[in-house]
Amino acid sequence: MLYFSKLRITLVSVLTLFFIFIASSNFQDPDNSFISKRINLGLDLQGGSYLLLEIDNGPIEIQKLQNTTTFIRNYLKDKKVVFTDLRIKDKAIFFNTNKKDNEIIESFFSDKESEINPYYSQYKSHQFDVTINENEFKLTLSKYGLIDIKTSSQDQAIEIVRRRVDEVGTNEPNILKRGNNRILVELPGLDDPMRIKSLLGKTANLTFRFVTQKNNDTFGVEKLQFEDGTNEALVSKRIILNGENLLDAQPQMNNQTNETVVSFTLDRVGAKRFGKATRAGIGKQLAIVLDGKIVSAPVIRDAIVSGSGQISGNFTFQSATDLALLLRSGALPAPLNIIEERTVGPELGQDSINAGVFALLIGFLLVIIFMFFKYKIFGLIANVTLLINLFFLVGILTIFEATLTLPGIAGIILTVGMAVDANVLIFERIKEEIKNEKNNIIAFDTGYIKSKTAILDANITTLIAAIILFFMGSGPIKGFSVTLVVGIFTTLFSVYFIARMLTALYVVKNKEKGKLI
Amino acid sequence: MINFNKFYKLFNLISLSLVVISIILLFVKGLNYGVDFKGGTLIELRSNDKKISVTSLRYSFRNMNLGDFNVKKFGDENDFLIKIEKNNSNTNTIESIKKELKASLGNTFKFRRVENVGPKVSSELLKSGIIAIALSLAAMLFYIWIRFEWQFSLGAIMALFHDVIITLGLFSLFSFEINLSIVAAVLTIVGYSMNDTVVIYDRVRENLRKFSHIRIFELTNISINETLSRTIITSVTTLLALISIYLFGGEVLKGFSLAMIMGVIFGTYSSIYIANPILVILRVSQKTILKEDNE
Repeated sequence: MLYFSKLRITLVSVLTLFFIFIASSNFQDPDNSFISKRINLGLDLQGGSYLLLEIDNGPIEIQKLQNTTTFIRNYLKDKKVVFTDLRIKDKAIFFNTNKKDNEIIESFFSDKESEINPYYSQYKSHQFDVTINENEFKLTLSKYGLIDIKTSSQDQAIEIVRRRVDEVGTNEPNILKRGNNRILVELPGLDDPMRIKSLLGKTANLTFRFVTQKNNDTFGVEKLQFEDGTNEALVSKRIILNGENLLDAQPQMNNQTNETVVSFTLDRVGAKRFGKATRAGIGKQLAIVLDGKIVSAPVIRDAIVSGSGQISGNFTFQSATDLALLLRSGALPAPLNIIEERTVGPELGQDSINAGVFALLIGFLLVIIFMFFKYKIFGLIANVTLLINLFFLVGILTIFEATLTLPGIAGIILTVGMAVDANVLIFERIKEEIKNEKNNIIAFDTGYIKSKTAILDANITTLIAAIILFFMGSGPIKGFSVTLVVGIFTTLFSVYFIARMLTALYVVKNKEKGKLI
Repeated sequence: MINFNKFYKLFNLISLSLVVISIILLFVKGLNYGVDFKGGTLIELRSNDKKISVTSLRYSFRNMNLGDFNVKKFGDENDFLIKIEKNNSNTNTIESIKKELKASLGNTFKFRRVENVGPKVSSELLKSGIIAIALSLAAMLFYIWIRFEWQFSLGAIMALFHDVIITLGLFSLFSFEINLSIVAAVLTIVGYSMNDTVVIYDRVRENLRKFSHIRIFELTNISINETLSRTIITSVTTLLALISIYLFGGEVLKGFSLAMIMGVIFGTYSSIYIANPILVILRVSQKTILKEDNE
C-alpha cells in the first residue's frame, strides 16, 4: 500500500533526526556534546601498537613435573610401597615397582580424592594420565592438566602484564586474553613500543643468593654470568630471598658514589630472613640474580636488618627506572614471546583518515550524480535515502561505540555503492510494471511487492559473507565486516521506510500525470 | 532484447579456459603472500630527504644482514616499503635498524608502520582465511539450496568459484600481494556476485512459473534482459564507489579495492554467463519449480 499514516511519517522523521543528532556527536567536542558516545578509531587510524604475546609454558610444565616427582617420592615412602628409579624423561614421570603393589599404587593415582593426582570434577579428568607397563609406571600431564596449567599461568601473566603496562602510563591500554596461552595488548597512540616490548620481554625473576667457592654446597651450585657478560661466578642454588618479598622498588641517586641504583623495601618476612642471612654471611658476596643473570654481587659488610637495601649495577637512570618497575609489578610465571606486532604511527593514521574520508566523499558524489541523471526525481529520492542511510550507519556505530578501521571506512563506501541497489531493483521493476499498468499507484505498489524477494535474498547472501568475515577476521577486517553488516540493515530500513514513504508521497500527489518513472 | 544465449557456449569456453589458466598459475607461479600469511617484518618509512632512493636504502639494508629483503617505493615520492622475510619479533631488531639507518643515511626517517608476524601466527591467519572463504561458499550453497532448487544452488556456486579463482589467478599473474584485506575483498566478492546471481535467478524462477511453454534456453535470456538495466546500474554505482577508494583511499586500500573491482566485473559477468548456462545444462524446467511449490 502506498498509504502512510501521519503517525508513521512522524515516527520516521523523528528517528531520522535522532540519528542525525547521534551521528553529529562524533564531530563535537566530547566535553560539550550532549551524548558522550562516539565511534572509536581503530589502531590503524589513530596510530598505536598491537602486540600479541604467547606464554611459553614449557618451563612451567617442567617445574610442575619436578614438584610432582618430589611429592610422589615422599608420598610413596609414606605409604611404605617399594619403588625404584623415579625419574623425569621426555615430559613424563617414570618409576618402577615390584609389580605386586601395582594395584595399590594405581589406586593412589586413580582415586577421585587422590592427593597426588588431583581430580577436576568439571572436566571429569585427573591432572595426570597414568599408564602401566609391566612394572613401570608412566605419568604424563593429561589434556586437562595442561589446560589447567595454561589457564592459571595466563591468569597470572595477564595481571603482571597489566601492571607493567599501567606503570608505563599509556593511554587506555586494552589487554585481553586470547585462547588459553596468549595475551593481546593494544596500546592506542603509542608509536614506538620499544620500551613496553622490552619490559614485557623480561620475566623479572629476582633472587638473592650467596656467591660460593666450594662445590659441596648442600643445595648445589650453578655457574651464572654477569649481566654485562664479562664475568662468571659460582652461585649457590639456595635462595635467600626472592622478588615476592619485595614491597616497593624505586630508582635512586646514590649521593656518595653518584651512581644510579634501585632501592628496595622488603616485607616483614623478607626483612627478617634478609637480616638473618646477612648477619650470618658477613664478608661473603651476595649475588643479586635477575632472570638467570647476576646484576651485581656486593660484599656484605654489615647485617642488613632494616628491610631495605640498594641494588647497584651500572644502571642508567632509564634502566634503573625499568628495573624498579619490573620489580614492583612482580615476576611473570613464564617467559612471554611477541609473536605478532603491528604498529602504526599517528601520522599514517591521520593520512589514512583523510584519504578514507576524501574517497568516501568522492564516491558518494559520483553515485549521487549518476543516480540523479538516471532517475531524475526518483534519483533524488534515492539520494536523500542514501544520505539518511549514512546517518543511520554512523549513528548506530556511534551508539555501540564500534571501532572504525580503515577497511571499515572502505565498508562504508562500499555500502554507499551497494545501498542504491535495492532502490534500483524497485525502480526498474516499477518501470516494467508501468508498461502494462496505466494506474501509477498500482504499478508502484506491485513494483515494491514483486522486487521484495530478490532484495531480501540478495541482502541475506551479502549478510552471510559479512558475518563469516566477522567471526573469522581479525582487527581491521572485523571493522570492515561490522560496517558491512550494519550497512545492510540500515539500507533495508531506509529503503523500505524512508524511500518508500517519499516515493509514496510523490506518487500519490502526481498519480494523474502519466508515466512517472 | 539482446541475445545473450547465443554466446553461452563461446563464453563458457572462454571462462573454462580462464579458470584452467588461473588454476595452473596458482599451482605453478603461486600467490605473492604478504607478511600476514608468510610471516616476516614490514616497515613503512618516510624520508624528509628527497635524495634518498630505493637504491641507497637497499644498500643500507644489505649491510644489516637481515636475510632476504625487498625495498620498494610506496605511494608518495619519499615513502618506502621494506619487507624482510625473516621474522624479527626480537625486541631489538627494529631499534637496531633505526640506529643503523641513522648512521648510514642520516636522521631523516620516520617509521610510519611496522608489522611483525611470527611464523605460527601467519600460518594460523592463512588457515583461518581459507576456512573463511570455504565456509562462506558452503553457507551460500546451503542458502540458495533452501531458497531455490539444487540446480540453482549449483549454478550460483559455479559462478562464485569462477569469480574467486579468476581474481586470484590475476593476482598471481601480476604478483599482487595477498594479505588479510584481500581475503576480506574475496569474501565481499562472494557476497556481491551472489547478490547479482540471486536477482537474475529470482526472475528466472518467476518466469518459470509464468510460462510453461518457453524452454529454459530462451527463458534465461528473457530473465537476463529483464534484469539487465538493474545489473548494469548496480555494477556502475558499486564500481564508482570502488574506483574512488582505489584512486583516493590511500596506499593501504589499493590492493583491496583492486581485488573488489576485478571481482565486481567478473561477478557481473558470471551471473549472466555462468549461472544461467548451468541451468540450461541441468535442464531446469517448470517441473523443477513446481515440485518445490507443491512441497
